[in-house]
This record gives sequence, C-alpha cells and structure tokens, in this order.
Amino acid sequence: MINPVIDIGEVVKRFESGGRTVTAIDRMSLRVEAGRITGLVGPDAAGKTTLMRLITGLLKPDAGTVRVLGFDSRRQAQDIQAAVGYMPQRFGLYEDLTVAENLDLYADLQGLSRAERKDRFAQLMDFTGLGPFRGRQAGRLSGGMKQKLGLACTLVGRPRLLLLDEPSVGVDPVSRRELWAIVHALVEEGVSVLWSTAYLDEAERCDDVLLVSEGKLLDAGPPAKFSDRLQSRTFAFAVGNTDTRTVLDGVRRFPQIIDAVIKGADVRLLLDRPADAARLGDLARALDLKEDALRPVAAGFEDAFIALLKERETTSAVPDAAPRYGGKPDSIPLPAVANGAPVIRVEGLVRQFGTFKAVDGIDFQVAQGEIFGLLGPNGAGKSTTFKMLCGLLPPTDGKALVLEIDLRRAAAKARGRIGYMAQKFSLYGNMTVSQNFRFFASIYGLAGKVRERAIEHEMEEFGLGPFADVNAADLPLGYKQRLALACAIMHQPGVLFLDEPTSGVDPLVRREFWHRINTMAVAGVTIMVTTHFMEEAEYCNRIGVIYRGRLIASGSPDRLKADHRGSERPDPTLEDVFVDLIESYDREHAL
Amino acid sequence: MRLRGLIRKETFQIVRDPSSILIGFVLPVVLLLLFGYGVSLDAKHVPVALVIENPTAETSSFAASLAGSEYFAPQAVPHRPAAERALAEGRVQAIVVLSSNFTRQLPSADGAPIQLIVNGTDANTARIISGYVDGAWQNWLEHTALDAGRALAPPVIVEQRVWFNPEVSSRNFLVPGLMAIIMTLIGTLLTALVVAREWERGTLEALMVTPVRIGEFLLGKLIPYFVLGMGGMAASTVMAVWVFGVPFRGTFLVLLLVSSLFMLAALGMGLLISTVTKNQFAAGQVAIIVAFLPAFMLSGFLFDIASMPTVVWGITHIVPARYFVSSLQTLFLAGNIWSVVATDMAALAMMAVFFLGLTRRKTRKSLE
Amino acid sequence: MWNRIRALIIKEFHAVWRDKKSRFVLIVPPLIQLLIFGYAASFDVNHLATVIFNEDDGLPARELVARFEGAPAFEVIGHISREAEIAQVIDPRRARLLIHIGPTFSRDIRINPPAKVQLIVDGRESNTSLIVLGYAGRIVADFNSEWAKSHGEPLPPAHLVVRSWFNPNLESRWFFIPGLVALLTLVVTIVVTALSVAREREVGTFEQLLVTPLRPLEILVGKATPALVIGVAEGTLIVIVGILWFAIPFRGDVGLLYAGLVVYVLAVIGVGLMISSICRTQQQAILGAFLFIMPAVILSGFATPIANMPEAIQHLTLVNPMRYFLVIVRGIFLEGLSTELVFRQLWPMAAIALVNLAGAAVMFRHRLS
Repeated sequence: MINPVIDIGEVVKRFESGGRTVTAIDRMSLRVEAGRITGLVGPDAAGKTTLMRLITGLLKPDAGTVRVLGFDSRRQAQDIQAAVGYMPQRFGLYEDLTVAENLDLYADLQGLSRAERKDRFAQLMDFTGLGPFRGRQAGRLSGGMKQKLGLACTLVGRPRLLLLDEPSVGVDPVSRRELWAIVHALVEEGVSVLWSTAYLDEAERCDDVLLVSEGKLLDAGPPAKFSDRLQSRTFAFAVGNTDTRTVLDGVRRFPQIIDAVIKGADVRLLLDRPADAARLGDLARALDLKEDALRPVAAGFEDAFIALLKERETTSAVPDAAPRYGGKPDSIPLPAVANGAPVIRVEGLVRQFGTFKAVDGIDFQVAQGEIFGLLGPNGAGKSTTFKMLCGLLPPTDGKALVLEIDLRRAAAKARGRIGYMAQKFSLYGNMTVSQNFRFFASIYGLAGKVRERAIEHEMEEFGLGPFADVNAADLPLGYKQRLALACAIMHQPGVLFLDEPTSGVDPLVRREFWHRINTMAVAGVTIMVTTHFMEEAEYCNRIGVIYRGRLIASGSPDRLKADHRGSERPDPTLEDVFVDLIESYDREHAL
Repeated sequence: MRLRGLIRKETFQIVRDPSSILIGFVLPVVLLLLFGYGVSLDAKHVPVALVIENPTAETSSFAASLAGSEYFAPQAVPHRPAAERALAEGRVQAIVVLSSNFTRQLPSADGAPIQLIVNGTDANTARIISGYVDGAWQNWLEHTALDAGRALAPPVIVEQRVWFNPEVSSRNFLVPGLMAIIMTLIGTLLTALVVAREWERGTLEALMVTPVRIGEFLLGKLIPYFVLGMGGMAASTVMAVWVFGVPFRGTFLVLLLVSSLFMLAALGMGLLISTVTKNQFAAGQVAIIVAFLPAFMLSGFLFDIASMPTVVWGITHIVPARYFVSSLQTLFLAGNIWSVVATDMAALAMMAVFFLGLTRRKTRKSLE
Repeated sequence: MWNRIRALIIKEFHAVWRDKKSRFVLIVPPLIQLLIFGYAASFDVNHLATVIFNEDDGLPARELVARFEGAPAFEVIGHISREAEIAQVIDPRRARLLIHIGPTFSRDIRINPPAKVQLIVDGRESNTSLIVLGYAGRIVADFNSEWAKSHGEPLPPAHLVVRSWFNPNLESRWFFIPGLVALLTLVVTIVVTALSVAREREVGTFEQLLVTPLRPLEILVGKATPALVIGVAEGTLIVIVGILWFAIPFRGDVGLLYAGLVVYVLAVIGVGLMISSICRTQQQAILGAFLFIMPAVILSGFATPIANMPEAIQHLTLVNPMRYFLVIVRGIFLEGLSTELVFRQLWPMAAIALVNLAGAAVMFRHRLS
C-alpha cells in the first residue's frame, strides 16, 4: 500500500462569495498514513468539507498539490474516484428508493458483478444491521440508519481509502458507537480512514488527529500528544451544597481560568499555564476553597482543543456573556403559578400518527428555575413531545401543560409567556438582524420606546451591534445561534423551550451558550431543552431519556450515573448510561 | 452496467415521485381533455339580436335563413335600444337590424341595407361572426333569387377549398400542437426539476465520487425521460386519433422520428437549465419562461407565427417547439410532406446537438 | 393586535422584496409575458403569404388580383402557371392562400356570369383559414358591387353594412392586453401567496410564528394584505403599460376597475393560501400554482371564448374568478362598462372570494392542528 495515502502540499483554495474572495484552505500541508483512522477535527467552517472535496478531486486546488493513493487530483481524478469511498456530510441517498435499491445502484456504479454482489450485500447487511429493512424506502429510515446505509453504499466497491465527512452529525450515541465499530473493523481489513468530526470525544478514538481552524492546520499527531501538553493544567473540585451554577458563574471571572465546566457534582477547570503547588494554593484561596480542594484530573482532547482555540482567538473573542438577569433576580416576570406547582406538567401524553405511536404515555414535571433536558435517539419522540408542549401539535391523549395551560387552546396571550428556539435556524434569513429584532419585538407586543430599548439591550448583550444591518442568513453560525436565542428571550419569558439549540455549533460557542442558559435558570427562568450531546446533558438539573415514545429513565445526571455504576465501569459517562438504558430496554422488549 | 443501474434508479424515482406523476401524467391528460373537449375557436349558436322594425315576408325569410344556420341563435328583439342594451350587457354578440323600410328599399337601385353590429371587444369572434353573417346573407340572396325563379348571377362567386381540414375544426388544429406543449412539460420542465433536485439534495456529490462517467450520468437521465416522453407522445397520439377523431395522414415512423428529435432537444434544454441553476425553484421558473411559455405562445400552436411583428417572428426561430408544431400539424392533417418535415427535423437535430453538447460541456465531475 | 399585524405585513414585504429570487419572480416573468403576449398574442392576420394562379390575362382578372395585392391582410409572394404547382406551394406552407382564376374568367364575367374564383386555403391553422376566407369574401363582394355599378348591372337587392362597436378595426391586441391585467395579476398573486407559507414552513420560521402570541387569523391577514398590495400593484402596472405603451383605449371608470381588481385579487389570494396550506415545500407550491393556473386560464375566456365550450364546461367556469374579472377589465377598457354591469360580475366574484378566504382560514387552522 502506498504510504502516505494522502499527501497534501501547500494547498490553497479560494472561493468567490458575494464579491469577496474567501480563502477556505490557506497553504495547508498534511499527510494521512495508511491503515489508520485519522480524525479531521475543527470548528465549524474550518475548511473540513472543502478539504474532503479537494481530496476526492471534486474541487481542484488553486495552488499546491493533492496526491491521493499516489494519484494527482488534478490529472487523475477519475482514478482517485475509482479507488476511494466518499461519504459526504449529507449523503445523498435516493429517498424514494429502498435500502436494497440504493445498494444495487452503487453496486452497478462500482461495477460489482452479480456473483460478488450477493456475498458483499449479505456482509454489509450484517455489518450495518440493516438486514430487516431491505425493502424500506431510504426516506423512511431513522437518522442513524440513513448514515449506516450511506456508509454501506460507499463500502460496496471495497474502497482502499474511506473519506467520511461528519458521519455522526445528528446520530444518536448508540448508532454512533455502531458506526465506530464498523469503521474499526474496516481498518482491521487494511482500509485507511479519514473521519471528519466536530465531536471532540470522537477525536480521542482516532489514531491520528489533524486539527484545523480557519483553513490552516493547527497541529497534527496522535490524540495523546495533544492532551500531554496540558500536564498540570486541569483540575477539578467538588461543589458541595452550593448551587453548581452560581459557583460556575463565579469561577469564570478569573482570568487564569480558560475554561470551566460542570462535570457531575464537580466543576472542572482548565488553567492558562501549568500550575505548581503554590499557584494552586493561591487559586484555591481565591475561589474560597480549602487548600487541597483542587484535585488534578486527566486532560482530554477537548481541553486541548479549547486551549488551542482560545490561545488563537484571544482577540476576536466572544463578548463575555454578561448575565442578563444577573444582579437582580427579582426583575424577572415569575410565572403565575401557585408556589411549588410545576411549571411544566406532562401526564399520560400520547401522540399517534396513523398506527404509529410517536409518543406513548409520557409523564414528567418541571419545576420553576429548573433546566430539564430531554435526551433520546432521533425519532424517539423528543421533538413530538416538544411540539405538543409548545402547542404546535395536538396530543392524541393526555395532557401537556405549561403554567397549567394547554397552549393549543389558550388565549394567544399565554404564548407570550414562553420563548421558543427551534432546532434549525429559523429566523428570517433575508432580513437584517435589526429587522428580525423589530419583527419579533412587535409580535410579542413590545412597542415604541420599550421596544427600542429592548432591542438595544439585546444587541449589546449578545454582541450583535456590529451586525445590525447584516442579513441574518449571512451571519457566522455562532452569531446566528445568538440571534435566535436573543429573539426567543427578548420578551423576558418565564419558560424557555430550546430544541437542540447547539447542534452543529463548535465547542466554544456551545460553552458560551450554556453559560447564558445557566444564568437565566439561576434567575428563575424554567428551561426545557432537547439535545443529543451527552456532555450537555450534564448541564441540566434533571434529564429524561426518551426512547420509542416512552420515558425510560429520568433524574439528575448524577443519580442516573450512580444507578449505572458497575464493577467494570466504576465511573460511567452519561453516554454509557444512555447506551446502557437503550440496550437494556431493547433486550426487555425484544420479545 | 453502470448505465443500467442509473436508468433503473431513475425509473423507480419517476414512478414513486408524486411531482413526476403530476407533470408526466396528470397534467397532460388534463390538457388533452381541456383542449380536446373544452376549448374551441369555432363559434356556434352565437346569440344574435335580430331587430325587425317592420315585419314582412322578406324580413321573415331572412330571419329564417339566420335561424336555419347552426352558427346562430337569433333572438327577436322589438327595437334597437333594447338590442343595444343586450349587446352592452353581453347577452348577445351581435345585432342584425332590418330597418322599417327594408322591404321598400329592396327593389331600389342601391338595394336595402342589412345592418350588422358586432361587439368588437373580442376581435376574433367578431370577425368570425361577421363572416358567418356574410355567408347567411349570400345564402338568402340565392334562395330569394331561386324562389323568384331566376338564377342569381353576381359577377364573381367564390369557390372555397380548405385543404387538409375541410370542416375548419379548431380541434384538428389545436390537438396536434398541444402535443408539443406536453412534450415540453415532460422533456424540459420535469427534467429540469428532477436533475436540479439531485443537486439540491446532495445526491450528486456521492454519485460523482464513483467511477461513473459524465456521459453515463447524462445518458442515465436522458433515456428514462426519453422513454417517458415518447410514452406520453404515444398516448397523446392514440387519444388524438381515436378519441378526438383528429385525422392522421402521415406515417407513424416519421412521427416517431420527429418526436424523438424534439424530445432530445427538449431534454437537452431541461438538463442544461438544471445544470446551470442547480436548484429546483430557479429551474422551475426558468423552464417555464424559456421553454413552456414560448412553446405556448411562439410555436404556432395557438397564434399564427406569420402574422407576428418581425422581431417576434425572428425570435420564434430559436424556439424548438415551433418546428415540432409545424411538423405535427403537417403530419396529422396534410401527410408526409418532406419539404416541411425535413426542414423541421434538421432544425430540431441542430438544437438537440447544441443543447446536449452544451450540457455535456457544462457538466463536470466537479463542484466548481 | 393591529401592531402585530402591522409587524407581520412589514415582515412579509421584507421577505418578498429582500429575497433576490422572489424579486425576480415578481418582476421578470410578468414583464416577459407582457412583451410576448402583447406582441405575439393575436388572432389578426396580416401579410398572409399568398400565391396567384391566374390563367386569364383579361382586365377583370387583373383587377381582382390587384384588389388582393392591395389588401394589407395578404402579401402576394408569387405567381404560378400550372395546376400541379398548387400542391407544391401549399403543402410546404410556402403560401397559405392560393387564388385561382380560371382561363374563362373574363369571358364568364361578361357573358356567362357568375365567373368563378377559386380560393385554396391551408387548413392546418383553422382559425387563420376562417379569417382569410372572411377577408377574401369581402374583397370579392366589394369587387362585385363595383363591377355591377360600373357595368350598369343590377346590384343584389340587399347588402350588408357591418359596424363593429368598441373596437372598430377589430384589433386582437385590444382584446388581449386588458386580458393580461387579469392573467398576470393572477400569476403573480398566486405565486406570492402559494410560496409565502411554504417558504416559511421549509425554513422553519412558521413554527416560530406559531409559538408567538399570533392568532391564525392574524397570520392570515398578515399574509393576505401584502399579497393584495402586490397583486393590485401588478395590475396597475399592466394597466399603465397597456394604456401608454400599447395605446389601448380606456373608456370606463377607474374606481370601478379597482373595485373589481381588489375583489378579484382577494379571490385569488384565497386560492393561493389554500395551495400554500397544503404544500410543504416551495417546489410543491410552484407545481400546485401551475396546476391551478393552467386550467384557470384556459377556462376563463382569456384566449378562447367561453361561449364556444361545451355546456358542462361552461358551468364549470362559473367558479373561476378570472372569468368575471376578464369581463370587467375588458368591459371597462373598451366598452366603458356601467356600474350596474360591473356589479353583475362583481357579486359572484365577491362570493367566490368569500368562500376561498373562508376555506383558506379553515384549512389554515386545520393544518396548524
């Protein structure tokens, strides 16, 4: 086998966009070794997809060379394409075609003979577990199954090099693990894999990592190389009785702390440089902790990523989220419910589509000021539950009450007390930031001076001032997310619904986002959120796991983890818990 | 084998996608029925107000000749103002007035005037009506002459022959032309939408990184839609001839040849549009503007090309449907007239080569 | 409430106007259609390619030929001298009309009337052939009466005096351009409304709207008002271009025209919103609009008179708002239609508008639940 399988030298790629030239890949050089899984890691818009397309020969470099399996991408694109398997981010499955027909198409295109085909298909079906769904149309598969089918289609021709562009986006943890297992098996067979991802925990599973940002290669090497650099920079302390969120809020103000996150009952810190005993003592004192409270913990790839990015971006940074309701919690319009009554009450909720029960008898309650997270694989019923709560869909049976009101039947005014942020960016893309603000403010009944003041406030707080006259569609992703949140909370709702608010957003933006949500919860806003990022579930007070339309577990993240502590896994992550729950549910209900 | 795979895939998609079925089957049938049964340029039983100010034997014989024609539904109206009101209100399309001294003036040297007032708003219908009245008047003259025992001998009489379509039925003229519209819908609009959808949904990106060649990819699109379009053509021909009774005087082989060439040109246009626009919305708009509307307006399907202003007439030469409509009308009504059909075929072949060639050049295995 | 609706309306204008694609849809297709229809849509016949086959060199024959040569409807492109050549000029469509004057014409007209003139017309375009025969018949009739007068022969006892009201020269353009006001307003209004909800559904903003305090009715009003303004503006533009550029006479009352236009646009908006509430994507909306527009135009009397349709289909056209508005707009342009007559067309259209809008409101509510 040719080694390296991919050799990129001084590649430059520019695009014309709206009259400006954007340099997507800026004099990048890298190599990918044969027989390994190489992770291509970087924040959104770092140039990962462009790089993938350059490697496949779908794009030609403006300068430099791309050699893949010894072929030059400029002159021998056809040879490259015959030898590699490429799974684009949105793998174009033909949704009207069945699983078997999709596979057949790719087998025809790859020139697989009838005889070979039978064995190969059986093998792939076995591999992906799609066997029982051969006759189902691809459009009606779940997100995870679609990705597996996409992978199967790319594997039909037994490629020597496999290029996967964010294969795990929108895929639940169980399917994600299955994808990894498939890819590992392939590597055993001698296939080389380039796997692009924004999930940092995935980077850790790769043999090598290429870290890219803004079209440049920041660093490369095995994941351990990255975390080793952070020796003596990561620590944790137990929070104890105080509210974790308040603590977190305080911790973030220290300049020597680059990053702080909640990890179960602990707060985990990343320092700007290695700390010796003396420095650590100072910090502990400054944090009002006992001298020995700060325990060293192992650094992960995510720490390395955050550290690298923060070091690069100290100037261009995100304005620190000034806590909105911060100083004066009494300024929030507290929801009008009797003390102690739940803000959200779901009882025996059922939603049926034809004969299919999308939601099958769910009960839970959310108290005021709580952050409640709904977790579940795609198609489990999260969004359906969410829609019923927001009054977008009538329940077939049961109750979904917010502030003891059924939002479907309630007077329109009641809806003014909730805020809602949809899964995908859903503001008016061809209106400017300030036009969007003005529109939503008026819809929520703000007018005149009050409106202008509210808009001004949001602009300032979310750092959107410089973008006031930019079309919302042209904002960078992180800013879009901010604008969406700002529009959802402009009218100071007492209850906030967030549907996968951080999908597709890089870790830096995600942290900032959660920080804002925290401060709001501290101030008494009730927040309900869906997510499939397990680490985000850690930020919630309580989570509920939904699977096949049922709530199969709920409780605080710590309690769930405690429940699943076992001898072979003394310290399970939430992802372990999640996978455990789903697997045992499947076992129980297999019959 | 790659090609076969692509064709099979495309076929499944056509059968399973509601919008293909809508454009490929429903719309053609609706159009055929509307044009076959609904729409007609032939006015019959036109409501006409007949004002006879002074009834006599002569006036009633004229009235009878009007009533006897299938073209008119005369209504007796007592006086002119009432008739004029009826015309203004749209209850009648025309007024025929025989004035009070009609009978008295008949024998005079100048003869008696028969006044005809038509509503000119719909100029075409107005012209047709006045032609009909003209005919009725001539008939009446002959009859009165015969009744009087003498032959009517105007200096010149017209002997008219309408070749190819002796009953002058607009259905015989509209239905063959309509096939060009239907083929444009399938060949250009549907194809443009479907290929643009592949760009939009990202299915092409995965397809391109396989050993498939551009030529194979394009053929994989062309062949299924070609078959679909020719199927539509066959169905339309069957309906035209056996349901609507339009004569077919050419040979089917020639029809097949011309339709194939047109279909290739239409498909080439559809593929080109989708390759350039790469999104369904724009592809749909562009296909309607550059293919569908010209096929409707500038092809000679409904409006006579020769009477258009020179500039517009010039533009019609780059509309493929123009050549197809001309061949269709000829093949159906006149027969295999090679001087027409061969010219049209040459033009269509050139267009097919142009559009397909351009598409081939514009489609690359690249995202740039 | 009014504040919210106002915000919605402003937003809707932003959405239509700031988006390049929708701006394009509003401006370019109507303009192209106006030009194509304005110049191409015509049933008039002029400069019809004509060939003369004159076997008689007598004066009367030459006089008759001269009359055809002088008529603007015909353009004599050649002469033939043998019978066999007839098919050679008619078949390949080189000539659409052939005038055959036999060798005995001049003798017959004097000695043995009537003399015959044979007209051979290409029937492949039936409408043109009908009109050609009409024109030719008039030319021959004129020739006859002149001949009779100058030769002291008796004229036929009665003759036709034709007058055409409202459009004395029977120009097709006067018929089609006012019709375009109805057609283009229909197309633009349907496209704007059908796309508006589908677009929001596709982008996801529709759900965002539904969780705000907005009521379905407010959303409906917010969607309908901008479409009304756009539709009326489009209609106005065509009216102005029709009067100034194509010089179509305008004889009626502007106020009445606008009364009709507003009711018409409302009826169309109802249909557009119904399409919109059914469709999930913009592509479906475009197809839905197309599927409505085609039959609506064909069955409106825009190009072919409703009176020529079979009775069952004539009944069907009664639910087509365009049918009524065509009468109003053509009537007001050319006939100066009276208030009473406008009203007769207006009330069925208003009923249709009411039903459509109510239907849209019901479907809207239904689709939300």
